[in-house]
Amino acid sequence: MRHSPGVAAPPQQDTAQAMKLLVPVKRVVDYNVKVRVKADGTGVETANVKMSMNPFDEIAVEEAVRLKEKGAATEIIAVSIGPAAAAEQIRTALAMGADRGILVEVEGAVEPLAVAKLLKAIIMKEEPGLIILGKQAIDDDMNATGQMLAALMGWGQGTFASKVELAADSVTVTREVDGGLETVKLTLPAIVTADLRLNEPRYASLPNIMKARKKPIENLKPADLGVDASPRLTTLKVEEPPKRQAGRKVGSVAELVDKLRNEAKVI
Amino acid sequence: MAILVLADHSGATVSQPTRSAIAAAQKIGGDVHVLVLDGEAAPSHAELPGVAKVLTATGEGFAHGLAEPVAALLVSLAPAYSHLLAPGSAAGKNVMPRVAALLDVQIISDIAGVVDGDTFQRFIYAGNALATIRSADATKVATVRAASFDPVPATGGSASTEAAPGITDPALSQFLHAEIVKSERPELAAARVVVSGGRAMGSADSFKILEGVADRLGAAIGASRAAVDAGYAPNDMQVGQTGKIVAPELYMAFGISGAIQHLAGMKDSKVIVAINKDEEAPIFQVADYGLVGDVFKIIPELEAELDKK
Repeated sequence: MRHSPGVAAPPQQDTAQAMKLLVPVKRVVDYNVKVRVKADGTGVETANVKMSMNPFDEIAVEEAVRLKEKGAATEIIAVSIGPAAAAEQIRTALAMGADRGILVEVEGAVEPLAVAKLLKAIIMKEEPGLIILGKQAIDDDMNATGQMLAALMGWGQGTFASKVELAADSVTVTREVDGGLETVKLTLPAIVTADLRLNEPRYASLPNIMKARKKPIENLKPADLGVDASPRLTTLKVEEPPKRQAGRKVGSVAELVDKLRNEAKVI
Repeated sequence: MAILVLADHSGATVSQPTRSAIAAAQKIGGDVHVLVLDGEAAPSHAELPGVAKVLTATGEGFAHGLAEPVAALLVSLAPAYSHLLAPGSAAGKNVMPRVAALLDVQIISDIAGVVDGDTFQRFIYAGNALATIRSADATKVATVRAASFDPVPATGGSASTEAAPGITDPALSQFLHAEIVKSERPELAAARVVVSGGRAMGSADSFKILEGVADRLGAAIGASRAAVDAGYAPNDMQVGQTGKIVAPELYMAFGISGAIQHLAGMKDSKVIVAINKDEEAPIFQVADYGLVGDVFKIIPELEAELDKK
């Protein structure tokens, strides 16, 4: 963005080198929607269902914006791979503070491996120093794209991050692991995936939503990037999981303990 | 061809999720080999029934389970195997997708059922749907949802042990430090009884009153996301879609409303008890025994009742 004379430059513009951040965002069924399995067993009902940005990706965008606000990064590119409507999720990222967007238009589900290949092609072009992704998409629950992208790039990975400290040539990531926290240091460029406790994403303000409308979004197809995005997995069937029967209410603690001891025999 | 299971890093003992992953491997069929990243762990893993061989790898990067060297090692071993599996723990989820991408195959995360060597079941949408998928990839790389497979016994086998061939550490990352909570309690993912608290526990201090119940039942302590986000409990206690998935004999939910994301992490428990003052709370729809009331009044009564024999 150009600043006319007399307009104060943003703070901390002393970052010597450009540090571009890339943040992939996925369009998913909203967190609060109770999904229904389609009667024909081919998938879940997504027609007329509220769609949103994957919550973990919002955390990733927020982290990128905070790094830019601190002066540790110079530009944020939000990328989405999905249907044309995924431009909405890119707009959300732009309203939160990303600078520009790239939409790779693909119909139907795209598996993490294909997403990673498409992102790799974009990275080769844009040369970002750090990629921040959500750790998991709440639709397929794969928890894989960041790790797969790190592999394809030959970069280090800091998954399930609860703290990210960016330096000139490295990033220090505190990770949520079984039993506690672990801190690793990665050589840049690198991949970070965001866990829940990394930050609390902001709500975009109305002026920022208006501003985001003017920010550019580039439209691409997988063929433009020379990537074969065809799936490796075939979904044979999607069904309702076995349902638990609601049990009964007990009237007192004594009755509860009696049932657990003598009926369920679990204590 | 044989199946290679990457064991959890759990000191000298075998983790329960590792034993579940071996059970999944046995369902697929074929010789099962186990890779351990800690030499000290080799003897216990060699005792697992049905395991033909234990491979050990030692070195700085492996000791901390860093994804980059561990993935490189698995890729070097991959040509001898039809399937590469790991428990769906934080460690397995960190490493296995990286392995899959290096082999140009699609990871299959958190398998909950084995139909055949190419076909698996897994939950999607926070456990609201169960998908059956078939992989067209030459090597299958997957993590295993421990709650879906009864673990193999800890002893009964006598596998041979050998050192895995060395690899060059890609040196992309460096372990700095860890803050691992040492607990006398059983591990959450493997406990026979889990006592869990939600936002209604009110504060980090009042969350601790669950310890009295947990002590009496020899239970692990879990928490809902709301309780973790509020700072009442550490992140590694979180049970749910994005936390730990547990399937104990007894799961007791105190002041947990029962969001679908939480249910995804505990609905395979054998017996579920819900204690909540809101009788409309969704947790009651999955609970075998529900008790409506104030947790702070009920917990002392429960302790007293458990003390009576």
